[in-house]
Amino acid sequence: MTFVRLPQVKRLVSIVLVTAVVTLMTGESGNATTPPTTGPHGAFFERVSYFGLFGARRWMVFLTIGLLVYGFTFLYERYMPPVRRKVRTVTALPMRLVQKRTSRFAMYAVAIVILLAIPHIVTQTYWMYLIVEQVGVWILLAEGLNVVVGFAGLLDLGYVAFYAIGAYTTAWMTGVLPAPPFLHHVIPTLWVIPIAVLAAMAVGVMLGIPTLRLRGDYLAIVTLGFALIVDDYVGNQNGITGGGEGSLQVPHFAIDLGFWHYHWGIGPVPYYYLCLIFVALFMVIFTLLEHSRVGRSWVAIREDEVAAESIGINPLKYKVMAFAIGAASGGFAGVLSAGLIGNINPTMFQYQASINILILVIFGGMGSIWGVALGAVFVQLITSYMDNYQPWGFQINDLYMYIGALLIVMMIFRPAGLMPSRRRKREIQSFEETGEGHLDDVLTVDDS
Amino acid sequence: MGFAHFWLSGFDQIRTSFWAYLLVGLQNGALYAMIAVGYTLVYGVLGLINFAHGDVFMYGGFGAAFLTRGILGSSVASGWATVGLIFAGIAMGGLVSVGVAVSVERVAYRPLRRRHAPKLAFLISAIGASYFLETLAGKEFGYGTNLFPAQVFPVGQTMFSVFGTPVRTLTIITVVAGAATLIVADRLVRATKLGRGIRAVAQDSETSSLMGVNIEKTITLTFIVGGALAGAAGFLYSLQSGIEWNSGVELGIYAFTAAVLGGIGNLRGAALGGMVIGLFGSFAVPFAFEGNTQWVEIYTFLILIAVLIFRPTGILGEKLGRTA
Repeated sequence: MTFVRLPQVKRLVSIVLVTAVVTLMTGESGNATTPPTTGPHGAFFERVSYFGLFGARRWMVFLTIGLLVYGFTFLYERYMPPVRRKVRTVTALPMRLVQKRTSRFAMYAVAIVILLAIPHIVTQTYWMYLIVEQVGVWILLAEGLNVVVGFAGLLDLGYVAFYAIGAYTTAWMTGVLPAPPFLHHVIPTLWVIPIAVLAAMAVGVMLGIPTLRLRGDYLAIVTLGFALIVDDYVGNQNGITGGGEGSLQVPHFAIDLGFWHYHWGIGPVPYYYLCLIFVALFMVIFTLLEHSRVGRSWVAIREDEVAAESIGINPLKYKVMAFAIGAASGGFAGVLSAGLIGNINPTMFQYQASINILILVIFGGMGSIWGVALGAVFVQLITSYMDNYQPWGFQINDLYMYIGALLIVMMIFRPAGLMPSRRRKREIQSFEETGEGHLDDVLTVDDS
Repeated sequence: MGFAHFWLSGFDQIRTSFWAYLLVGLQNGALYAMIAVGYTLVYGVLGLINFAHGDVFMYGGFGAAFLTRGILGSSVASGWATVGLIFAGIAMGGLVSVGVAVSVERVAYRPLRRRHAPKLAFLISAIGASYFLETLAGKEFGYGTNLFPAQVFPVGQTMFSVFGTPVRTLTIITVVAGAATLIVADRLVRATKLGRGIRAVAQDSETSSLMGVNIEKTITLTFIVGGALAGAAGFLYSLQSGIEWNSGVELGIYAFTAAVLGGIGNLRGAALGGMVIGLFGSFAVPFAFEGNTQWVEIYTFLILIAVLIFRPTGILGEKLGRTA
């Protein structure tokens, strides 16, 4: 059986298996009341008519693509190194220009102009809503989690709890929950922001002090448990949190200074600018933090906790700090989405959403502020698009299947993310001996 | 109803139907113990929480449920057919789960291990595998459809009574099968050459590879043992409550709590922890507000957090290499 040990054969086998899995993933949904084979049978024998391929079966389409990829991998290995070298020499000059300070500022200016102009470019209210609700809020969440996972290297699977705390604090303070508002005094939504952010930070500290002494993997499960508890609590305390229905009329934001007042109404555009300001604010704060003493301490703890401790860094203090700072942005995202949508309910804060935020961080590149922001924009726009138009029979229920697969694939091929932070990339490379993952490592027949 | 009154009535309920709660607790405890073995063995050998283990369990339940339904249809088995079907279900559940567990190891962990990836990468990959498997089951077998296996014996059949409380056949079968599989696993790890390999790798993988232990095979073996027990548990669980696409999440977390409570990496600890968590969860039911069993979940988590904070090494201590 030496035949199956050949790398070419192994690669072919793994590609065929991956093709089969993809066929299964994208194919028909089954149901336990029908025979168990309905789903797979439907997936493999359904006739599809995309790309003008009328009547071809789904697996044929995918197998063709798979075989093309198989051929391409050889071409890639054979011809890619010289091509890459050539590309590098050609792009060397533009890259150096781009990295200059003046051109960087020019790029920032262009980006700011585009961001400010987006409400004029995207004219449909629906998509504008989507951009605030699905992209803006989630960038805040992802940047917050990035502080915890990317900067401090702590895997927090309960991050969505801070989002919930922000949103429910808003509803509580504005007096729309069954529980009477704080001190029986209702305050406007905008002034809840500092309170909700502080509340989220306080909970972050309270959760962090006992749990951050734990090892990394224990921390993951405890934070997951925390998110589950918060989720259960808000979903079941009908008398306090409104139970499964939550609250339906969180008031919109409004400023009233006596001589000037402004009311954020139903339209999404004012929220977009509000969101933009705060996203920029948080990104600037996080960038400054990253290059401060605190940020360097995080790196030291992440790379070697014992060594960090030996040079006088208190790991617990800095880890709790990361938790609290990360929580702040999550709490703010909660206020924003409560004020924008006006209704909050437990389904928004299910613990699975933490995984959703985690994929944004990993996709963009752990520890890279710009990477995370762009990753969040990209992933959130694609999922929203898929959810709305359901191309190729996509169903939103299946979202976590794709997210799970994406997590595995990312960890194999690009653990540092699409736009890795330089430091993080170096770390991962120094950790590993052989650089990036190889196709043959996946699904191969045992070579021992 | 006052708060104190609520707690008092809870104790009263336990006093009046102590045996019923005890039996439920034993049954759940046996299931948790069987699942916890998988967490504990993998943690002992790889130092990794296999987040996908709960879903491995769930697939075993589905496999067995489909097999028994295929054989029996809608009739009710009796006599030797019952015995045969129970064994078939356990075997099928075990087989399916072993398949899933080994594939997870191949796809999600092995490539990372070869690259000496940092631990965070393993955790993220494990979570990805868990979500992938769970949602795939939901897609193929229906979200929100609870599938019961065929009636391998009449539902609600009782065998005998203890102090006036009827003991159900299902409880007996679950506890006996759980004890048997746990003993087999314990013997396998402690008294065979393969088990010695597992313990050696858990203690020091590099040295044991120098001593001629095949590390890759040993790791696969731990996934096989853990998967087989989880699959058997999946069948036994589905007889009681049916199996659903997200059954693995809750059970997985309970079993993980059990593994930590007993001392993760310690096989006997996992069995003990499973029993403790099972009994605790059962006796906590009267204390759930408004009869909502999600409170039991909250109580169990609080236990987990308390254990991790005050005694992170568990009741029996860690280290598969030394004590298993």
